[in-house]
Amino acid sequence: MDKRLIFEKSEDGRENKLVNPPDIPLIPPESIIPKELLREDLPLPSLGELDVVRHYTNLSRLNFSVDTNFYPLGSCTMKYNPKVNEDIAKLKSFTHLHPYQPENYIQGALKVLYELEKFLCLLTGMARFSFQPPAGASGEFTGMMIIKAYHKLRKEKRYKVIIPDSSHGTNPATASMCGYKTVVVPSTKEGLVDIDNLRKLVDEETSAMMLTNPNTLGLFEERILDISEIVHSKGALLYYDGANFNALLGITKPSLMGFDVIHLNLHKTFSTPHGSGGPGAAGVGVKDELKEFLPVPLVDTKNGRYYFNYKLKNSIGKVKAFYGNFTVLVRACAYILRLGEEGLKRVAQHSVLNANYLREKLKDTYKLASSNRCMHEVVLSCVWQKEKGVKAVDIAKRLIDFGIHPPTMYFPLIVKEALMIEPTETESKSTLDYFIQIMKQINDEVNSSPDNFKNYPLTTPVRRVDETYAARFPDIRWKKSGV
Amino acid sequence: MDNLLFSKTHEWVKIDNDIGWVGVSNYAQSELGDIVYVELPKVGDEFTQFSKFATLESTKAVAEVYLPLSGTILEINKELVNNPQWINESPYEKGWLVKIKIKDFKDKDNLLNEDSYREFIEKEKENI
Repeated sequence: MDKRLIFEKSEDGRENKLVNPPDIPLIPPESIIPKELLREDLPLPSLGELDVVRHYTNLSRLNFSVDTNFYPLGSCTMKYNPKVNEDIAKLKSFTHLHPYQPENYIQGALKVLYELEKFLCLLTGMARFSFQPPAGASGEFTGMMIIKAYHKLRKEKRYKVIIPDSSHGTNPATASMCGYKTVVVPSTKEGLVDIDNLRKLVDEETSAMMLTNPNTLGLFEERILDISEIVHSKGALLYYDGANFNALLGITKPSLMGFDVIHLNLHKTFSTPHGSGGPGAAGVGVKDELKEFLPVPLVDTKNGRYYFNYKLKNSIGKVKAFYGNFTVLVRACAYILRLGEEGLKRVAQHSVLNANYLREKLKDTYKLASSNRCMHEVVLSCVWQKEKGVKAVDIAKRLIDFGIHPPTMYFPLIVKEALMIEPTETESKSTLDYFIQIMKQINDEVNSSPDNFKNYPLTTPVRRVDETYAARFPDIRWKKSGV
Repeated sequence: MDNLLFSKTHEWVKIDNDIGWVGVSNYAQSELGDIVYVELPKVGDEFTQFSKFATLESTKAVAEVYLPLSGTILEINKELVNNPQWINESPYEKGWLVKIKIKDFKDKDNLLNEDSYREFIEKEKENI
């Protein structure tokens, strides 16, 4: 395949001259734009229509997605996103809306937001949700700002946030962004929160504990009620990072575990095609006593009409323009309606079953990060392979040659040579069996020809890249040669 | 490697009167992999023992580095900004991170000598 950039394919005289000159009077740019913002030339590539079509068609054929291949990227819930969601999100009655339209003309859209909120309240036990945050990390930030506002209103000075050493990196980042000091609670050998240690760390200066359950090792925090008791006994709140909510859908609720504020990654758990930057949407849910702190507006009803409610006494304000990534919310609502309560429960059951199937079949080939049974994802450690000189990253690269997206690597940080595998519920047994077979075959290759692993992958248009060089000397902008 | 003391978080300190040179151990650099970015404190910053004073970024992860002794930063290894690979190539010499004025020598009791540090990492290798 021709790997040149479109700029490098440019040939003088190939450009399309069919664009008509404008039929309105031309204004000299100098008369309206400051001189320093004007450029002499605009070096757009010169190509014919066919050149452009071929260029982008070929690029699109390199796409790797859930729609083409198995994508067991741990913690990302790369499940299949049913196409019916796309059809519904593409309805003109949604896509042609303008956020400034009066409430009377957008009753249907408001109903979607209202109903979605009710569904999520049922699934989580929370009292109310805001859908403004456009991503999981933004949801965390919103949730923690609510906790901060809550303590501030009570005139309490609390500056610490407790976070397990297995947490997603976004948790300590969120705490820092909210002006908190992060205090790390270590994990036990099994990979769960060390309760005795937690008891020593939580005090009257603790604002909250942020927790993912199941945690990033794919383990259910069995002592969650003890954790909740310890945190609340000192007046702190418990924050639920909903990254792994897929494992609990319809089985249990964060409210039953004592969580006060939660976020759900709607694009993950509730199926919007995502990855590499979006689009995302987080629902931030709170218990009844915190609902006045949510961002405005919420959608409420009065005399059978839906309306935007801006009257929240202690609202932290807006966290994004308008009402969030609306069509992601439409997809989430469609997904929930299509599956129903029973269907959602099966999602959780199958995601856990699939991960445990992989765990059981691979446990003699790759070292398990924990002896506990897992939930929706399983973490393997490639330490046995590393003794032979093959690292987790090398194994991940080899998987690409077999048409499998590499799992999350080197995370959670507390596991050496980690491969974090989340098959999701949408994969069939035959796909899982193929993955198992390839993982075993790769281990055979580690034993027979470890030196070859430096060269993998073999089948991609761009082979092994020098990641170290790229990170040390990033070159991320195309420049015209010779300039 | 003469007269180095180690922390359980894999930093080393070499003491010369009230001055200490600080870096990360060979084990730490090999576990982190290729270092691509280094964030160092400012000269004059003060830190207590085992508090975070620097950040190392490798192709795998971002790691925090903790000061093995309480003290004030006298000098930072500015060369590392353009040569982060020195931490991998020469963790005990060219890859030093900071020079500090030691505040309290009693802090030394919380550190390990070379032999105990070696035992400590052997044990750590068994746990994953």
